[in-house]
Amino acid sequence: MKSFNIAFKNLTRKRIRNILTIGGVAIAVAVLVSLFGFDAGYQKGLNNDIDKLGYHLLVTAKGCPYEAATLMLQGGGGLRYMEEDVYRRIIKDPRIDSITPQLVSSVYNQEGAGGRGSIALYMGIEKSYIGLKPWSKFKSGGWFSGNDVDEAIMGYEAAELEQRSIGDKIFIPGIGKVLTVVGIFERTGTQDDGIIFIPLASAQKIFNLPGKLTGIGIKLKDIHDIAKFEEDLYNEPGIQVISLAQVRGTILNLVSSARAMASSVALIAIFIAVIGVTNTILMSVFERTREIGMMKALGASAADIFKIIWIETTLICVIGGFLGMALAFFGSHIVEQIIRHALPYAPAGKLVFIRSQLLFASFLATVIMGLVAGTYPALRASLMKPIEAIRSGE
Amino acid sequence: MKECLIKTEKLTKIYKLPAEQIRAVRDIDLEIFAGDFISIMGPSGSGKTTLLDSLGCLTTITSGRLIVSGKDVSHANESELVSVRRKFISFVFQDFLLIPSLTVLENVMLPLYFARLPQDRNRAVEILEKVGLGHRINHLPKQISGGEKQRVAIARALAISPKLLLADEPTGNLDTKYAQEIFHIFKKLNQEGLTIVVTTHNPNLGSQASRIIYLQDGKIISENKPN
Ligand SMILES: Nc1ncnc2c1ncn2[C@@H]1O[C@H](COP(=O)(O)OP(=O)(O)O)[C@@H](O)[C@H]1O
Ligand SMILES: [Mg+2]
Repeated sequence: MKSFNIAFKNLTRKRIRNILTIGGVAIAVAVLVSLFGFDAGYQKGLNNDIDKLGYHLLVTAKGCPYEAATLMLQGGGGLRYMEEDVYRRIIKDPRIDSITPQLVSSVYNQEGAGGRGSIALYMGIEKSYIGLKPWSKFKSGGWFSGNDVDEAIMGYEAAELEQRSIGDKIFIPGIGKVLTVVGIFERTGTQDDGIIFIPLASAQKIFNLPGKLTGIGIKLKDIHDIAKFEEDLYNEPGIQVISLAQVRGTILNLVSSARAMASSVALIAIFIAVIGVTNTILMSVFERTREIGMMKALGASAADIFKIIWIETTLICVIGGFLGMALAFFGSHIVEQIIRHALPYAPAGKLVFIRSQLLFASFLATVIMGLVAGTYPALRASLMKPIEAIRSGE
Repeated sequence: MKECLIKTEKLTKIYKLPAEQIRAVRDIDLEIFAGDFISIMGPSGSGKTTLLDSLGCLTTITSGRLIVSGKDVSHANESELVSVRRKFISFVFQDFLLIPSLTVLENVMLPLYFARLPQDRNRAVEILEKVGLGHRINHLPKQISGGEKQRVAIARALAISPKLLLADEPTGNLDTKYAQEIFHIFKKLNQEGLTIVVTTHNPNLGSQASRIIYLQDGKIISENKPN
């Protein structure tokens, strides 16, 4: 017989009430773990996306910087267009290591996604695009046969989604154009996976945007030149320059308010759970007043009683905590879906990233929760006087 | 000369209520010797429970002297009383007060844990056999009868090998047959040397003790000693 056994067996009484309390703790912990997991996953995903852009700067047409930052990560351009001349002017700058022009267009397909409608993202590129993304490898096929041909290279997921392989045709709805698939990229874990690439010149023709670009990706020889380079481009009319650092900051700003709200929800959930646990244990202490009096009469010290009640409370919190962690772990798919719908931009890859450190920290948090929630009921129980307790309610 | 376990001089316990003071027991002079089997009898409200609680160091006394095992505890506080009680005095209550989530055996072993004594399972089983419950050790309290519950409570009280067993109306919730069983056990334990003080208002049972003390209005009005 140990305090632990006594405490544990006590939990088998009033089962429904204890299960509900444990459920409350589980939900609070699940929210907390998901939130921190999301925080870690989002930052990681964002950094990964930014690194895999391959360029340091993106030149786009002037517009909302939020929109530009978002669209940049989604495929390298805004829906506004800039003149190709800009590209011709800056390409000569000696500080540039590589530079690539892009023209992005989205096409709505009414029959897509099994009749629910879907948006396909097309991007006109030149061979320099591959140069900026050395990790992009062909899973099958290869580069376009010419600069102005009706051919397409598909991102890994785009090909999966449309069930296409080399030699298959794809039809651009609304425009009535048919392209032949000549290459399929391997999975990169970035937004590129979902894009259909076509030669830049063809894109300008197909989408009727002659001489237009949505963005220019630039990689500098020396990353320290970014600020100066940006400044020099300031005089070019009708464009804006977005650097990676800016994008990171802008995107994080975008999610930070959502995150602050989620954190307060999590804190409130924890707070309510702690109150719930305190209430449950306090009720059970009062119900067991006579039993506690008996234990004291039979030699239990105040510390013995305190310990039993404290262990009981901590057990409730820790069991709830483990359930909550499991819930967060196995429910992270669902949370991801919800977040993806709610956020203006979500990086590719896993959004909710639950590491063992996070689980360990959550475990500690539940222990602390238990100790905090249990202190008052344990104190009440330990201060009961044996006779008064035994005679109460007689 | 028999060892004197408890001695009281003018022991008085007053309950102070907002409106009045209740002198529940007053001026009790009593000596309890090792090997005694005492029953305290008297009408309801005569102070039996209060006297027993005072003797058992479960409560502080208002005035007079209380000497337990040679030690004056008249002015002891709660925590000092705990240490006097522990390993020396044990209790049986009218309504058993078993822990429903623990088995019979676990209930019996509970006081060992609080007294920091070795958890001797075999001895606990032996005690349960002695009270006739060797076949019930793994049952839960709700699976046994009232008489059996009280026998578990007695076994639990015996676990720490006390010198003194105090039982407040131990048969109050039991039918005559079961009540008689309990007194049989008390007699047997007393013959083995255990000192027992029991309150009851059932004369048939009370008269089976070797000393019978009558209380009225908190005072001892007579005592029958076997000659
Ligand atoms: N905790 C208490 N507070 C106030 N009065 C009490 C308390 N306990 C007992 N009494 C009073 O003390 C007197 C003796 O009670 P008690 O010792 O329980 O007698 P008995 O056990 O013989 O019925 C009664 O008048 C009772 O009402
Ligand atoms: Mg009484």
